[in-house]
Amino acid sequence: MAVTIHDVRHVAALARLGLTDERAASLVQEMNTILGHMDALSAVDTDGIEGVAGVGAGGLPVRADSGPPLPLARSLDAFAPMLRDGLILVPRLSTHDTAEEE
Amino acid sequence: MSRISHGAATLRGDTHRGVLGARDTVDAALDRAREVNSGPDGLNIFVSLDEKHLRGHVDATGDFMAHAEPAPLLGVPVAIKDNIATLHHPTTCGSRILSDYVSPYEATVVRRLREAGAIPFGKTNMDEFAMGSSTENSAYGPTRNPVAPDRVPGGSSGGSAAAVAAGIVPVALGSETGGSVRQPAAFCGIVGVKPTYGRVSRFGLVAFASSLDQVGVFGATVDDAARALGVIAGRDPLDSTSVDLPVPSYHRAGERSVRGLVVGRPKEYFPASLDPRIRKRCDAALAKLREEGAEIRDVSLPHTELAIPVYYIVAPAEASSNLARFDGVRYGLRVEGDGLRGMYEATRSQGFGPEVTRRIMIGTYVLSAGYYDAYYRKAQQVRTLITRDFADVFASGVDVLFTPTTPTPAFPIGAISDPYEMYLSDIFTATANLAGVPAMSQPIGRVDGLPVGGQFIAPHFGEEAMFTFAFALERALGAEAVS
Repeated sequence: MAVTIHDVRHVAALARLGLTDERAASLVQEMNTILGHMDALSAVDTDGIEGVAGVGAGGLPVRADSGPPLPLARSLDAFAPMLRDGLILVPRLSTHDTAEEE
Repeated sequence: MSRISHGAATLRGDTHRGVLGARDTVDAALDRAREVNSGPDGLNIFVSLDEKHLRGHVDATGDFMAHAEPAPLLGVPVAIKDNIATLHHPTTCGSRILSDYVSPYEATVVRRLREAGAIPFGKTNMDEFAMGSSTENSAYGPTRNPVAPDRVPGGSSGGSAAAVAAGIVPVALGSETGGSVRQPAAFCGIVGVKPTYGRVSRFGLVAFASSLDQVGVFGATVDDAARALGVIAGRDPLDSTSVDLPVPSYHRAGERSVRGLVVGRPKEYFPASLDPRIRKRCDAALAKLREEGAEIRDVSLPHTELAIPVYYIVAPAEASSNLARFDGVRYGLRVEGDGLRGMYEATRSQGFGPEVTRRIMIGTYVLSAGYYDAYYRKAQQVRTLITRDFADVFASGVDVLFTPTTPTPAFPIGAISDPYEMYLSDIFTATANLAGVPAMSQPIGRVDGLPVGGQFIAPHFGEEAMFTFAFALERALGAEAVS
């Protein structure tokens, strides 16, 4: 399963990583070398073996969706980029047109 | 200027009796930090060290002075790895993408330290997002090994290990995903503990690989590490993976004998290729344990050689998901690009270093359509086999395992450029993370002046027995451990 430059470009797009041509080419070689070592796993008989998603028998536990509040040391307006009506506003992209203020 | 020569227990007692002021302790630690951390050949241990806030923590220790019993870590300065959230220092994770990030909340482990009278003492350098084995992958430059400054301190918690080894603090916090506390502890000649997965809250630890991550402790001695773990361990409602089990008094584990207990010597950790000098040190440590009355038994963990392939599929896969949040929208670095996608790509490509980029690429690849079964699912199945190896050997009557912590001593800065060769530094440590069992490294001697670490591995929540052995070995080796 050799990694190609097409694979690297596809995976970088999935991962939202911008790569120069030079870096993409080096990643083809690096990923093939690393994944080549991973091929040792293909020889292991794992028929009937359950994969673990965590270290416990039932995988990672999930807490109730009503846990304690996050213990913030500072109020939201002290660290949010902007607040309006209790909502956090993130910075507008410079390439977007300026929206009309409501 | 001198190193902090007292352990946590002495500092605690002296502070409570008024023999030593917390301010004096912090001043001595600051002097030592300045001495070793500055200049072009400085050790580069700290990413941030804010004296003003340190004074605030010193003042807070005054609240404990009226207590009849001294708080568990009263007056003890503790360095904090820079991926553990603190309120008054940035939490950069050794990355450019979080260079200005100050957390609005505090990690549970830091809160517990403060509530135990400890003094959080600066944020330590690390491999970016804990991805590395040498602390060379930091956006803030490499950290040097205090024992041999031309060599790496190990990683990823190299700054914390160096802070203890340099005599700045007796205790430090690190984090473990594949050996990031034990390996630097071995390279720097100190004690490093990775607790059982679930023993310590991960709330406020910036996630790398969530099924593996665990906060760990460094100590100048076994006692220092035991006291620190006793403070930070225990159930936390803010981390659903933390387990509600009683926390033993680890620092008293040395009161028990190892006589009649069984130490497993797994043959896979002593391959023919092992550095003979390290083998000799391990054999000498095992001989000491035998003299103390322990039985040494040869055992096998047959899937050990598969740990690195499994680890370097599972960890990058989880990292590729966890690090998706760093996209320039809500916090951290933001680099404008062509539209939203261009901004994402510019931010992440300029914000992440080469190793983090490489692991995100590997992780995204092994999770992508067409490759998931061959890599990720297969790795999870083999992880089950590795976990069963440990369960089987402990079920056979073995109390703890003993192995070398690393296949080599600390290597020179810049000596390893091949990523996979660097990954092999974790070959004896990653297994414990994959199985979730506790493990610790402690000094067992030196080769050519460089520290060698020996590793104990115990069953789930078997830290107390592990410490019993560690105390016994530390006592038995005496000065041999550091010579």
